[in-house]
Amino acid sequence: MTAWGQGLENPVSERLRDPASTGYVALGLGAFAAFLAIPPIEARSPTWPIVVGIVATALGIWTASRGRRRLGWGAAATGLLGIGLGILATRSGTGNLESVFDATLIAQTFGLATPLVFGAIAGMFSERSGVINIGLEGMMLMGAFWGVYGSDRGGSWVVGLLVGMASGGVLALVYAYFAIHLRADQIVGGTAVNFLAVGITGYFFQQFYNGQVSGQVSTVPNVHIAGLGHFLENSIGDLSLLTWASFALVIVSYVVLFKTPIGLRIRACGEHPRAADTVGINVYAIRYCCVVLSGLLVATGGVYLSLGPQGNGTFIFDMTSGKGFIALAAMIFGNWRPAGAFAAALLFGFSSALALKLQVYSTQAATLFSILPYVLTLVAVAGVIGRTVAPAADGKPYAKQ
Amino acid sequence: MSEPTNDQKPDLVESPEEAASSGTLAARLSLSHRAGGVVVPVLTVVLAFLLGGLVVLATGHNPLLAYRDIFDGAGLNWIFHPTTNVQSSIAAYNLTQTLLQATTLIFTGLAVAFAFRCGMFNIGGEGQYLVGLVVANWIGVSFSGMSTLPHVLFAIIAATLAGAAWAGIAGVLKATTGAHEVISTIMLNWIAIYTATWLFGAGGPLQTTAAGQSTNPVSNDIAHSAELPVIWGSKGFQGLDIGFFIAIAALVVFWALINRTTLGYEVRAVGFNPDAAAYGGINVKKNVIRAMAISGAFAGLGGAVDMLGYLYHYGALDVQNSAAGGVGFIGIAVALLGRNTAVGVFFGSLLFGGLIYGTTQGLSSNVIQPELASNLTLIIEGLVVLFIGADLLILYVWNSRKRLRPQRRAQAPAKAAA
Repeated sequence: MTAWGQGLENPVSERLRDPASTGYVALGLGAFAAFLAIPPIEARSPTWPIVVGIVATALGIWTASRGRRRLGWGAAATGLLGIGLGILATRSGTGNLESVFDATLIAQTFGLATPLVFGAIAGMFSERSGVINIGLEGMMLMGAFWGVYGSDRGGSWVVGLLVGMASGGVLALVYAYFAIHLRADQIVGGTAVNFLAVGITGYFFQQFYNGQVSGQVSTVPNVHIAGLGHFLENSIGDLSLLTWASFALVIVSYVVLFKTPIGLRIRACGEHPRAADTVGINVYAIRYCCVVLSGLLVATGGVYLSLGPQGNGTFIFDMTSGKGFIALAAMIFGNWRPAGAFAAALLFGFSSALALKLQVYSTQAATLFSILPYVLTLVAVAGVIGRTVAPAADGKPYAKQ
Repeated sequence: MSEPTNDQKPDLVESPEEAASSGTLAARLSLSHRAGGVVVPVLTVVLAFLLGGLVVLATGHNPLLAYRDIFDGAGLNWIFHPTTNVQSSIAAYNLTQTLLQATTLIFTGLAVAFAFRCGMFNIGGEGQYLVGLVVANWIGVSFSGMSTLPHVLFAIIAATLAGAAWAGIAGVLKATTGAHEVISTIMLNWIAIYTATWLFGAGGPLQTTAAGQSTNPVSNDIAHSAELPVIWGSKGFQGLDIGFFIAIAALVVFWALINRTTLGYEVRAVGFNPDAAAYGGINVKKNVIRAMAISGAFAGLGGAVDMLGYLYHYGALDVQNSAAGGVGFIGIAVALLGRNTAVGVFFGSLLFGGLIYGTTQGLSSNVIQPELASNLTLIIEGLVVLFIGADLLILYVWNSRKRLRPQRRAQAPAKAAA
């Protein structure tokens, strides 16, 4: 944040001398080292990844020695990781490599990132208004179950989407009452919401469906785009409607939060609620709306899980499996900004997609690959690259005087 | 910042709005602890059971009959001396299972409570418990030549340390980079769950070596030398083992550690107010890591006691089934309900131990099936955490109680005069 902000004010020459830019270059080179050995470049000799990786590591250490320690060591680690992955890739058969790194990897990345994008943007609205929403996970789960229920009873995925969103909104309203009016501890309250959602969805899943959805319910359709050429058609030609909606949401939420008066009010409530109150903003109303909006949005991500191409109209007990928390981490990693959160969600989506694809190497270790997104999230919250700044009043209940 | 001290300024406590809006989590919990006594947890439980009953009623079951069957399922009817021998022995068996479940919850509850005392929310009890379970299984299966006492001690100590190390990762991350422990412990949970699934899964390093079992995703049984003695019931049918007394001992250790040692003093000081603690010369980062590690040690110990006490082996499916709403998460409700004290955790774990067993295997009911009732446990758990977390509600209840008291006192002389 600060590095970019300074960079815009200073002339280009000064920007180049800033160790931060070297650090980012080193980071890019480290990733490039691994990229060299995979399709479409697919170098078959380990020399190139090693050379590029060493340059990245050296630049990283130089950056670290110039004061940007976190960024520098992060870049150095990326360089070493790049060398390792590059060597591994050159050792593996081209057949496997090409089945892992093809256009469908991009499609899967977008697909797996979709619930995370919805969750991260949802969390951002809530936290920008000053309410921490740990309950994202539970609201997503509500959306997943009641989406299936609505689609089953209403006969259309549109009904499912609306019912699913409403269920997340209702749970968010309950949470908002406890967090805003009763001023409950927001972490404890959010955890309670997560437990409640597991219990409620599990209970009604058993009551209505005996633990298994029988028969096909209407699912969210995919958007087919023809005539883009082989690569593009395989990567973005067959994405879910909700995936495209998530892209639109990123842009809309950016405009709403940073370019409109209502966005300014939301951010004011999150940074300094007393000042906002003084100028006549109804802090409670803004916070209620933002938390409920957050519930509606994250439940949309939940509907995608069950009615999207992966769930295909089925619900599984506790099917979110930590995705709400990964979305929360994506929001933090993205520094409470739509574009940053989107990029972070894509990164986590990519790691999940890669974990799925890597199963061609070993079905036995396939379970082990599943930890990849969780490890990456852990690394991300630990903040390897730069520190993030939360809204100043995030998580602090506001008492009107 | 302006945390009112109850002893000096009793008038400040009269405005709960101000008291609740400031201070850290531990300070607020301590405040409600002073405020509520046992009334608030009891009220919370009653309210949660009432709302749970409403859900049962809304879906067309009789809540009173359902709760009675759950009560019987937990083996609590044993107290009332059932008439026939068969009923009596079923009830006794159910009660041993409830106590076994409570044993686990004492450990995971203590894990959550200890971190809470330092102002941290350890929701990774599940993963730490699982790590303890895996390490105890590994040591119990290998080293089969050892004699009983050293083998048991070795397994328990190693599992405890493993749990401490697993939670310590979150502590170190919190102390060095400021990563929030809620997210990092949840991620560590999933890493532990998938790693354990792989370890016990087909072809995994800890999968059974028995002949003809190569596709069965369970571990080997631990050696007899590593098993804990059973005191009530029989070994073949999951009798109650001495792990229950290890849990009682852990409660005493928790109490002594928190209330009678320098370590406990420092941990509590950091929990109340990290800035004040740092100003007073306490190393906050060191205590964050230490509290998290001790917290994980309790959960890891719980895993070891379960493995050596009655599980003996574990499977990939068991890991997957416990992923949501497992003992680590119920431990949060236990700790919050028990106000993060040793005595409170004991009673909280008995309640939830009975609830878990009474709604699953122990339940034989034509009112509500176990598959449905087990989710009722999760709903009640969620409601308990929700209500306990809302300390303004608690303080309101307490204050209205206090407001009633002077009225009664005022009425008493009036009656005397009349």
